[in-house]
Amino acid sequence: MADDNGFLFLTELLGLKVYDLKGRRLGLVKDAALVPLIHPSRVDRFLIGGGWAWLTIRYDQVRSISLDGIYLKDEQLTPYHSDEYMLRLVRDLLDQQIIDGQGRKVVRVTDVTFDIQHAADGDSIHIIDVDIGLRSVLRRLAQGVVPPRLVRRVQTIIAPHSIAWEDCSIIEADPQRRLRLNISNKILERMHPADLADIVEELSPDDREAIFETIDSEVAAETLSEMEPDVQASILESLETEKAAEIVEEMSPHDAADALAELEEQTSEDILEEMEVEPKAELEELLEYKENSAGGLMNTEYVALPEDTTVAGAMEALKAHEEILENLNTLFLVDANEQLIAAIPLARLFTAAGATPLRELAPETTIHVDVEERQDRIMELFDKYNLLTLPVIDAEGKLAGVITADEVISLLREK
Amino acid sequence: MLKRFRYQIAIFLSVIGPGLITANVDNDSGGIFTYSQAGAKYGYLPLWTLIPITLLLIVTQEMSSRMGAVTGKGLSDLIREEFGLRTTFFLMIALVLTNFLNVISEFAGIASSLELFHISRYIAVPICAVAVWFLVVRGNYNSVEKIFLVACTLYVTYIISAFLLKPDWKEAAIYSVKPILMFDTDYITMLIAMVGTSIAPWMQFYLQSAIVEKGITAKEYVQSRIEVVVGCILTDVVAFFIIVSCATAIWAHGPKDINDAADAAVALRPFGQYAYLLFSAGLFNASFFAACILPLSTVFTVCEGLGFESGVDKRFHEAPEFYWLYTLLVVLGAAVILWPHFPLIKMILASQVLNGVLLPFVLIYMVILINKKGLMKEWTNSAAYNAVAWVSVAIMIGLTLALASITVKQMMPQAKAAPRGSAPVAQVQSHDSSRHSLISDVPESRIAHLLRQAIGIGKLAD
Repeated sequence: MADDNGFLFLTELLGLKVYDLKGRRLGLVKDAALVPLIHPSRVDRFLIGGGWAWLTIRYDQVRSISLDGIYLKDEQLTPYHSDEYMLRLVRDLLDQQIIDGQGRKVVRVTDVTFDIQHAADGDSIHIIDVDIGLRSVLRRLAQGVVPPRLVRRVQTIIAPHSIAWEDCSIIEADPQRRLRLNISNKILERMHPADLADIVEELSPDDREAIFETIDSEVAAETLSEMEPDVQASILESLETEKAAEIVEEMSPHDAADALAELEEQTSEDILEEMEVEPKAELEELLEYKENSAGGLMNTEYVALPEDTTVAGAMEALKAHEEILENLNTLFLVDANEQLIAAIPLARLFTAAGATPLRELAPETTIHVDVEERQDRIMELFDKYNLLTLPVIDAEGKLAGVITADEVISLLREK
Repeated sequence: MLKRFRYQIAIFLSVIGPGLITANVDNDSGGIFTYSQAGAKYGYLPLWTLIPITLLLIVTQEMSSRMGAVTGKGLSDLIREEFGLRTTFFLMIALVLTNFLNVISEFAGIASSLELFHISRYIAVPICAVAVWFLVVRGNYNSVEKIFLVACTLYVTYIISAFLLKPDWKEAAIYSVKPILMFDTDYITMLIAMVGTSIAPWMQFYLQSAIVEKGITAKEYVQSRIEVVVGCILTDVVAFFIIVSCATAIWAHGPKDINDAADAAVALRPFGQYAYLLFSAGLFNASFFAACILPLSTVFTVCEGLGFESGVDKRFHEAPEFYWLYTLLVVLGAAVILWPHFPLIKMILASQVLNGVLLPFVLIYMVILINKKGLMKEWTNSAAYNAVAWVSVAIMIGLTLALASITVKQMMPQAKAAPRGSAPVAQVQSHDSSRHSLISDVPESRIAHLLRQAIGIGKLAD
């Protein structure tokens, strides 16, 4: 009876009576707080309200906690002072949005489940779950109106819906406070960038900014690349120029150019200014092209080899391009003047002998477009010739970049 | 310079949408019938309300869009975060009920527009309900939205009609600025309905979410504000011409209630044989457009506020609450219409009254939220804004209380009122004594009568 299965809900904790050593009532629980720097899940302070001021109970002053009340073993309580290291559950967590790292979505906290842990020197409670969904809504509505034990019995008709505390990532817009509350981005950084992009798009501009300010630049770049251009622009604009430049440097030049093209000219110049020389030059070149021309659609992540390269030589050369192998499906041959000679499907290499010159593997014609080509014509070519990669050449016939099928899919989806 | 200008235009076009869509959905079946009824029954008299209504409409919608742009969160999100779950829950219950009546009234609009052509509601309504459901759930809605928007130009017919009918412009102008108050249930009901249809509570939730969805930020907000203001003025310009048309075409020949679509279509009389067609097409488009947006917006609002998964891109088992509530709203909303002899027009007007009753409560939350420095930073309300909002809240609650007290008084046995005074209970001399009420035909209470005398406001002479 006194144990009540060893768990407690925040809705039950609030309003719980607190008794001193002699069993006199001191007040009611108004809020509870974690101090994440000390312990990630243990409730460190209970805030009780009796008269005018709130009092603070430290976790080690508690003898027992149950639905029947909190009994103290030490009644030297201190008045409550707002403490920036505290995560106050009612004020900072309840009804707020958090990120569910497991389910990869943004959810709203309706209630919190604690585990009551008994030790020789007293009870303590630890957050185990964050509750969302109908069952916790019922508890909130019944809170303070219907006796808790009755609520526990009634709620079993609704399926529970909870998220484990260790999978939760709190959203806090203030970077200083993020540090004090020991909020890490590990959960976010482990997610697939496309999932993280979906989550961030759901958040308010302030919260987006907070995440991008603190998250690893490489993850930020990948995530940003997965977002809609207008969202990319608003995020880059909100960041410090330095941080924005850092992220843009990590993006592929093509994605970076798309994002910068959406920005106001001054902002995009400021960001370019902050960047290192090499990626900057490439980017500025790409930015010259019109958005929906071949030049605007192409990226510069391709492998071009001299025309006399052999299969073995090509294999060797690929090792130097480790970072783009994942999406690579075509190799290009260029002559001494960088003129495009042929496009070789990557798979051909595996069936040919090592000494075979790549030239012999080339198809008879090489489809390519000019940097000025319109996007509908490009889509037509992809469809007609079943292309995966389409080389783009500039006015002098030099290979300038490639358009990949995924770019065409994005275009089609926009329509 | 030119580039700079082009950039401005591009921004303007990119933020355009939410304000204009909201403005057009504003004149849904509820709007058309409420304004028609106002003009047909009271002539030019209610025109004065349009200026304060426009002012309040601009203030409210500007607040919604500003909150959306600055916080990047929906209105129900903000209410949940700042006022907790219980408040949100009860507000959502009230909103769902009110919006449910509005959904019914959209389907009533669809039914009555097609009945002009003798298409039975038993065929039209189920087909349209299924169409709405699939259009929205299958995500084809966005592609048809533009068609709806273009079709909204049908409202121009009212403007043309008003000019062709040669109304008494002088009288229309005078009553546009001369407030007339009458302590009469019908008239007060009419006023509440006019405010409720112009500034529907659900619209504020919809607009704020649409602004957030569009990704409009505080920086681009200036362009959005222009659009919102233009949209509001447009809404009420249309309202003005509907009232003037109805006043000239119907009221001038004897005040009457609008009982079906055919009554209301008389306002387009100058179009001769096409009047029915134009009215029907306009009403159908408006009702269908709103029937697509309203249930969806309601469900989004509720799921947001209560923290349920939502979105038509989710599968059924991912967002069961979302799909259930949406389906229930559409199916039940349409099913009610199929009740034999269901009073379509009365229902439409009643739903707008309910909008007006709920409005001040939504406004109260909006004003409190928008004045929070922590949320809005430098974008909180100015004193003038707050004044307009609070005065409107007071007036709307006052009107609702007046309506409620008059109605309650009248429902009490006459004997109870007798000991208080010897004067006989005053009887409202309506323009049309046979049938003229929206909700019930009831005599004016004694208190209201005395009040009227005390303030010295007379009823409009016939």
